[in-house]
Amino acid sequence: MRKLFGFIGALLAVHVALLFVHPSGAAAVPTGHALEVGVVFDLGGRGDKSFNDGAYIGAMRAAKELGARVRFVEPGEGSDREAGLRLLAAEGMDLVVGVGFIFTDDLTELAKEYPTVAFAGVDYAVTIGPDGNPVAPPKNLAALKFREEQGSFLVGALAALVGDSKKVGFVGGMDSPLIHKFEAGYRAGVKQVCADCTVIAQYAGVTPEAFRNPGRGKELALSQYQQGVNVIYHASGSTGLGVFEAARTLKKFGIGVDADQYKEAPGFVLSSMVKRVDNAVFDVIRRVNAKTFTGGIYSFGLAEDGVGYVYDEHNKALIPDAVRQRLEALKADIVAGRITVPATR
Amino acid sequence: MSLLLFLAQTVRIAIPYLFAAAGGALAERAGIVSLTLEGFMLGGAFGAVLGAHYAGSAWIGVVTGVSAGLALALVHALCTIRYKADHVVMGVAINLFTVGITRFFLQLAFGSSSNSPRVVGFGADGTAASTFGFLLNPLVWLGIIVMPALWWLVQKTTFGLRVRAVGEHPQAAASVGVPVSRVRYVAVLASGALAALGGVYLALDQHQFTDSMTAGRGFIALAAVIFGRWDPLRAGVACLLFAAAETLQIQLQAAQLIPSQFVAMIPYVLTIVAVAGVVGRSTPPAALGRTTD
Repeated sequence: MRKLFGFIGALLAVHVALLFVHPSGAAAVPTGHALEVGVVFDLGGRGDKSFNDGAYIGAMRAAKELGARVRFVEPGEGSDREAGLRLLAAEGMDLVVGVGFIFTDDLTELAKEYPTVAFAGVDYAVTIGPDGNPVAPPKNLAALKFREEQGSFLVGALAALVGDSKKVGFVGGMDSPLIHKFEAGYRAGVKQVCADCTVIAQYAGVTPEAFRNPGRGKELALSQYQQGVNVIYHASGSTGLGVFEAARTLKKFGIGVDADQYKEAPGFVLSSMVKRVDNAVFDVIRRVNAKTFTGGIYSFGLAEDGVGYVYDEHNKALIPDAVRQRLEALKADIVAGRITVPATR
Repeated sequence: MSLLLFLAQTVRIAIPYLFAAAGGALAERAGIVSLTLEGFMLGGAFGAVLGAHYAGSAWIGVVTGVSAGLALALVHALCTIRYKADHVVMGVAINLFTVGITRFFLQLAFGSSSNSPRVVGFGADGTAASTFGFLLNPLVWLGIIVMPALWWLVQKTTFGLRVRAVGEHPQAAASVGVPVSRVRYVAVLASGALAALGGVYLALDQHQFTDSMTAGRGFIALAAVIFGRWDPLRAGVACLLFAAAETLQIQLQAAQLIPSQFVAMIPYVLTIVAVAGVVGRSTPPAALGRTTD
């Protein structure tokens, strides 16, 4: 028994030691009294090539352009997310940012506890009250929301215009209202340019694991491609990497999500629906810096450059000029309010 | 044609289950609870990508993946056999440990917390495009024969008899000179290697490692072992059944006939039915999970 304790003790010591090796920590910061910003990452942390990296880029830009002092906290599994936020709030940061909808409840609570600190939640899930209207977040809390349906609308139109098939595909992660928003916008975009096209929409599962199941993503995509689909848009986290793998084997196209995913399968990623988390985070830091920060719901759509689709030197060759012009026209229509994109199925 | 597609997809989905369930069946027959399959698979997947990345060869990936599984299995075996830790607690610990350690090394080796770069796999690019292209993958063939081979091992060999004996009544086995601990060590290590092969297949088929990519497959495999009443052949059939259910879900979902949630429940419902004794008496090995001897 003593041996066992010794063994477990040794394991524990190694584990604790490893915690310190983890490359989380402070960014290079200019000195002097400056705006203090704390950012708590979602699970996955830096290097997720998506949300967290976007927030990092936005915060670093603020550090460079506004001289903000930025601190990053990378929580591990489980419950220390709230502790990370609390730590930063208690230290008297000017602004505390939680990256990911998972922080919604913690942020709401802490915003009430620390009324002098400004809070912001990326993808903060606004609750709907009994009267059917959204419940306003606390006064010192900014909910940074993205109008994913607008970006999805454009890639939907792109899929239908480039796909050369009456069938286009969609692979979602967890079957949930958040992802239905992507599907709804995508469907509307497809219908806008091709009224008789059908959208095959499938989900990888009904639990959060559905966002981390590339094996399932590949099988879903293979079966869609075999049904005659040529382009699949995914909104499924790393499950989507399986979609790209299927696209690569069958020489078809995938459309990425959240960040530019071209590098995951060069030549087979038609475009990506990007959420400019960096712009949103920079914007909220700028507001705090300029003392114009107020709580409430901030919505980043096409008009605010909060969402969009990738069109650069990598995928230029895959998208004909006529299609590009059509997409830009659609974008102008949405910004001007001539097209309203649905956010629910 | 669509039947062929259905069969091909079922086999592809079943391969990781078959490997992991083979590992689970072997360890459980020796009396060690196999909640660890998920961790072994994930460790195998990561080991495979590491080896394939640095050596540029899928076969080296298989070797390193299996080694990762063996290493994790050794920890599990030491704690449960030598130090008599509770099997279930150890299983949970191994699974959590693997999720953390793979993410840590993913960050360290490839600078990403999400996924590794692309690595080589089996079969040239393009060949997998046809319906049966996956048959070029030697791991598929290994996965197909693993259950019959395990059945032969457990039922027809001296080693198999010893495994069964230590799983049913370790004291009796010890009294006739069977080295109980050694048999269990071998069984757990082999289970680590087998389950890791399931992860190796997943990772090499995907050509990369992604964080927590096994997504609960180890638990489905354990359910298959229980559903198959700890018999390798029946467990193999259970794996195919679960994979067919998954394929059905993929095919039916597009048609939206029934809510996908119901089809997703099939493996678990079947397992509950099996454990409840509806399909026949379901008796685990008598000494399963017991730490005293």
